[in-house]
Amino acid sequence: MKILYCRCAFAQVVPQETKDAVLEKLCESGASFETVSDLCEMAARKDDRLKELLGDGETPVKIAACYPRAVKWLFHNAGVPFPQEEGKVEVLNMRDQSAEDIVNELTGN
Amino acid sequence: MKNETHPIQVILYEGDGAQPLAASERFAVFSQLLDKGYAVMRVTAEKARLESPGVGIPLVVIGNFGGTAPALEDAAGQIEITTHDIGGLAPDAVLDLIEQGRVADQRGLNQPGVSGMWKPWFPVIDYDRCTNCMQCLSFCLFDVYSVDDNQKIQVKNQDNCKTNCPACSRVCPEVAIMFPKYAAGPINGDVVNQVDLEREKMKVDISSLLGGDIYSRLRDRSEAAKSRFSKERSPDKALDERKRCLTKLQQSGIIPAEVLAELDLASLPSPEEIQRRAAEAAAKAQAAREAAGTA
Repeated sequence: MKILYCRCAFAQVVPQETKDAVLEKLCESGASFETVSDLCEMAARKDDRLKELLGDGETPVKIAACYPRAVKWLFHNAGVPFPQEEGKVEVLNMRDQSAEDIVNELTGN
Repeated sequence: MKNETHPIQVILYEGDGAQPLAASERFAVFSQLLDKGYAVMRVTAEKARLESPGVGIPLVVIGNFGGTAPALEDAAGQIEITTHDIGGLAPDAVLDLIEQGRVADQRGLNQPGVSGMWKPWFPVIDYDRCTNCMQCLSFCLFDVYSVDDNQKIQVKNQDNCKTNCPACSRVCPEVAIMFPKYAAGPINGDVVNQVDLEREKMKVDISSLLGGDIYSRLRDRSEAAKSRFSKERSPDKALDERKRCLTKLQQSGIIPAEVLAELDLASLPSPEEIQRRAAEAAAKAQAAREAAGTA
């Protein structure tokens, strides 16, 4: 499984305490993970790495970011649609969910 | 103006041959780099393999290597790799190290939190909801929308979008346009419920009260102006018309006041250009509806 964390650094719409707590817990875990400063910023530049972030389409990806509908179509509009197979990409919403729930989902606890 | 270059990819290597950082130190390094606009990957013993971030994107590998950073190179010669030993460095010194290298290599970076700088603000279309009605295309004054070869609506010129203006989302009858950086739902991508749909329909009606959309309102006024004396058709008059339309939109709450305040009204399209675009938008919308069999 691949873990991706978005800092949403270009706006103050994700609660600071939630995004800090999620990152803190990831840093305490033994897991490898990827982080980006802002997925919207990358989508605006149609950054080639968006494709790499979703991986090969076979490995499940969990993304800690914002609303799943927004993240799905952000990738799509940048030319990198989510894999067809249901459940390969799961988006966890740091705007609404608690940090604890998100960390549990990310680390499988 | 946004920077279009690919920034560097930072990798915190904590696999074989490197000592892991303390968790608090790791968090500080990650948060400082992310808040400056960098992408950072952590590689642990669990997955001690460096993955390519893509051709042409330089890698900067940092780690506590015990004094000397190993020399790494891409066997295919396509990726530039720099390594740094960060043992004993405070997190802000790590950030300085990365920044200095980036600046020396003349690599641009969009930096968050800098007042007046570019911010990623643009519409994102939810194609599960979009009915291709073209209301957004005919409503937007700034040519953000267009259609593709299949007459399907798309965001063509996202850089034309006015920061913090979600007006097209407000007039979308299906709530299919999102601005992920917007504060409230459903514009921010939150789940759309029936109440939202009703509310958005009401906003479309408000738009109709203004004349269907700003283009048609301006077009009607322009037509009316033709029947008057030619001096009535001066650029100043046109500008006044436009201001009045925008003021009405402001009063309706569709376009935020701060966005309208920042608009350079003189740089908006001329009345003739607006008419041309309105006709073009109508033709595109009609063609798209015909192609979809809904005309």
